[in-house]
Amino acid sequence: MLHTILFLIFAGVCVAGALNFLLQHHPVNSALSLIVVMGSLALLFLMLGAEFVAAVQVIVYAGAVMVLFVFVIMLLNAGVEARSGGSKVAVVLGVPGLIIFFGLMYWILSAPRSQLENVQIGDFYVPTQDLGIALFREFLLPFEVTSVLVLIAIMGAVVLARRERP
Amino acid sequence: MSLIEYIIFAVIKIALLLFILLTAVAYIVLMERKVIARMQNRWGPTRVGPFGLLQPLADGIKFILKEDIIPDNAYKPLYVAAPMIALILSLISISLIPFGGQWHIGHYHIPLETTAFWTGTGIQDINIGLLIILGITSVGVYGVALSGWSSNSKYSLLGSLRASAQLISYEVALGLSLVGVLLFAGSLSLRQIVDSQSGSILHWNFFGGFQFIAFFIYIMAAYAETNRIPFDLPEAETELVAGYHTEYSAMKFAMFFMAEYCNMVTVACLATLLFFGGWHSPLEGLGIPVPDIWLAVSPLFWFFIKIFFFIFVYIWVRGTLPRFRYDQLMAFGWKFLLPLSIANIVVTSFVLALRS
Repeated sequence: MLHTILFLIFAGVCVAGALNFLLQHHPVNSALSLIVVMGSLALLFLMLGAEFVAAVQVIVYAGAVMVLFVFVIMLLNAGVEARSGGSKVAVVLGVPGLIIFFGLMYWILSAPRSQLENVQIGDFYVPTQDLGIALFREFLLPFEVTSVLVLIAIMGAVVLARRERP
Repeated sequence: MSLIEYIIFAVIKIALLLFILLTAVAYIVLMERKVIARMQNRWGPTRVGPFGLLQPLADGIKFILKEDIIPDNAYKPLYVAAPMIALILSLISISLIPFGGQWHIGHYHIPLETTAFWTGTGIQDINIGLLIILGITSVGVYGVALSGWSSNSKYSLLGSLRASAQLISYEVALGLSLVGVLLFAGSLSLRQIVDSQSGSILHWNFFGGFQFIAFFIYIMAAYAETNRIPFDLPEAETELVAGYHTEYSAMKFAMFFMAEYCNMVTVACLATLLFFGGWHSPLEGLGIPVPDIWLAVSPLFWFFIKIFFFIFVYIWVRGTLPRFRYDQLMAFGWKFLLPLSIANIVVTSFVLALRS
């Protein structure tokens, strides 16, 4: 019961942040709303008991990725967006999309109660040590592949940002 | 302990911590002015009160009564919010720090830290306290970045971009330098890290754990994170007027100031907790008999002595060293501290693997 209430609150904050992110005219406001979304996701992780993942979500997403977004907005001096006159494509694709979305939501939420409220707070608690052991034993290959991926991204950034030698 | 009692104790602890901390921050400013003045062969503030001890009060009154100027084209919501963000984040990181053992008053066991969560029956320390502090350091970049941008002034923007780049560069070295300590303690919880250093002075992570390289990396990265000399290029008056807080006056400037000194206190606290045994006395394992009354106060006493020492070193370094140029600063963070901290992790884990 408590988990459901807290989940609704934090998920509500998350969805409100995401909607605000779409509806704001100034890019900085959008970036800040996205930070709120990242924070509320971290809170949802924390409620499930995944404390390390929650902390890393804050450190990586809210503390590094969004900082770079804000950097770019500041450096490019992006101002208030110009209003366009509306687009036909948005209406043609958007209205059926919304109908499908709400239909799906209704179908999911009308499932019997016992299927929905099965989670307690802290159900998926994993001590950080166990997470580390699992990461470096069973999941070693995906870990190494991910680090190679990040290395490729770094190299790509260095190449793209390099000044051309005359 | 019931929920109501937990809430009451938590509120009392928060109020006490806020009061003591903000007073301490004000007096650290005075201490800095006097110590640097003595190092430069002058007096420092001496007029207001005996030995200038009422100077922080005068400064506080000045900050409250000053005119609060907001530049014309500043982006008002962020302009007002950025110093608040900075101050709130630094206060949160101090609230995670355990100040001593447990106090037993009557039949209550009260751990001396503000943030502990309430299980159904008792109070438990946060399992990932250190990671949360690192997370707050990461999010703390926003206070700097948003303040400079929202001031709508070129000095502020440049200063804040430089400061943010410096902060995110030295976060990496900061985090990695603490991994050696984590390898010894086996836990991210600050209380358990301190408990793993109990016994004698040789069990402290600086001495017995041989983490002195990690300690120096941590101290240098922390000086960069708090924008203090020798890494205070973003705030240097001769460089960028005043960097990201150029356009701030009165209380907002005071909030930035308080945030900076609260961050200094957090760094000093973390240095003692992680490397110097926290609240354990250096005379612990020697078998000196101590009266019971002293045992209750001794953790707090030693903790504050150590924090005082680290803050004194902060001020000492400020009075002694010149500041880095910006490219030297970035090169130092990425090309020296980062490989050194990784090497420290490798050597520490090698030694631990050989030991067991």
